[in-house]
Amino acid sequence: MTTGTTTSVSLDVRDVHLAFGPNRVLRGVDLTVPRGATACVIGPSGSGKSTLLRTINRLIEPDRGDVLLDGRSVLRDDPDALRQRVGMVFQQFNLFPHMSVLRNVTLALRRLRGLGEDEAEAVARAQLDLVGLAGKADARPAQLSGGQQQRVAIARALALRPEVMLFDEATSALDPELVKGVLGVMADLSAAGMTMVVVTHEMGFARQVADTVAFMDRGVALEAGPPEAIFERAEHPRLRRFLAQVL
Amino acid sequence: MDPLSTLWETFFDWDAMRDALPEMLTVGLPNTLILAVSAALLGSVLGLLLAVAGISRSRWLRWPARVYTDVFRGLPAAATILLIGVGLAPLGMRVWGPDPYPLGILALSLIAAAYMGEIFRSGIQSVEAAQLEGARALGFSWADSMRLVIIPQGIRRVLPAWVNQLIALIKDSSLVYFLGLVASQRELFRIGQDYAATTGNESALLLAGHFYLALTVPLTHAVNWIDRRLRQGRPATAPTDEDEDDTGSALAGTTEGERR
Repeated sequence: MTTGTTTSVSLDVRDVHLAFGPNRVLRGVDLTVPRGATACVIGPSGSGKSTLLRTINRLIEPDRGDVLLDGRSVLRDDPDALRQRVGMVFQQFNLFPHMSVLRNVTLALRRLRGLGEDEAEAVARAQLDLVGLAGKADARPAQLSGGQQQRVAIARALALRPEVMLFDEATSALDPELVKGVLGVMADLSAAGMTMVVVTHEMGFARQVADTVAFMDRGVALEAGPPEAIFERAEHPRLRRFLAQVL
Repeated sequence: MDPLSTLWETFFDWDAMRDALPEMLTVGLPNTLILAVSAALLGSVLGLLLAVAGISRSRWLRWPARVYTDVFRGLPAAATILLIGVGLAPLGMRVWGPDPYPLGILALSLIAAAYMGEIFRSGIQSVEAAQLEGARALGFSWADSMRLVIIPQGIRRVLPAWVNQLIALIKDSSLVYFLGLVASQRELFRIGQDYAATTGNESALLLAGHFYLALTVPLTHAVNWIDRRLRQGRPATAPTDEDEDDTGSALAGTTEGERR
């Protein structure tokens, strides 16, 4: 399975702060992802991982700090235009249940990219083929397994030719035997040179696929580095405790 | 005649029914349908606007929608129809002449919109926030996300309640007789009522009742059918798996897992 060529960009998160009322969810997060690299973000629940992802494509606006794509701040851009450049995959897939798989993928191509019906369909079918679901184009999302749904969601995001991909616990809602197929698609995408930020509890994936692993706890990236450094030579006691529990 | 057959004749005088039937078919039924269908269309459009205004983040949209809904749901339909149909008649006279239909349809629509607005709003608000997030993440604006993703799902969920409102509308269309109808403008109820008044026999009114039932009973069954279909999903083709890493648990509803 290949995932096509990408024109990805570098991503820099700089000192991002965010509070919901008195609850300071992000307290100065930095994350650097070179062009074509994959960063995995690990950490306990409630540490701000998912919120961090949402500040990158501005589903949530950060209170302070900056997010740079190829060195250029995204905070000045139109958020809707930005989100077309940044693909996102969710824990619960967020497919549109009232549309066929094919229309899930063609919707943004037609409405946002202005592609004609035939052209959008060709792009969508090719993308579905890449995630191994060409035969499911006419099915409804509810007729697919969780793993298949998540691969459709990945195809839907990739169809827009994003420059960065964000994965928010993409396999956490899946039955164990369905996880592998989705992780395989993600690994292929990483190998194809997509810039990716992957929030995950799959430590095996982080170890094998990530170029950088960042450990988040209570709204800060406590420690970041190559997977070997994080998993074998963790410095911070909090990270060592976390790894002792999940590995 | 004994009292029992008198009673029978009062309601089931076949000749009286036969006399009224042609006019009911050629005048009453089309007019009832014109009133009900026009008001259903206009009421649905207005209701949808009310629903969207009702969930708007701007209080300048939310408040008027709230007040509108309270007023038009709270007034008796007959009062609203008279207030608008008679109150605005001088204005209507200048625009389209003495025809009471435009104002009658307007009044019926305004009433229906208040109910439909609440129905649509509850449907739209029942769509998971994750759907909006999914659409926004693709780059759709809030308005496009609502139009393409949220509203179509929300409306589907409340179709049974919406059809109930159509039934109410068909019945309420009889109230336009308050506005004074010339012979060709009479709808089912008025024609039945006129025959009943001139003959002193209720059979024509009962016939009108049958027409209403012929319109509303299929709709009530349509509601049940739609409801069942929405609950169980359309007859789905069984999920098939062509890849061995992804088999077995392909079931509807996997998207309904726990959310953090």
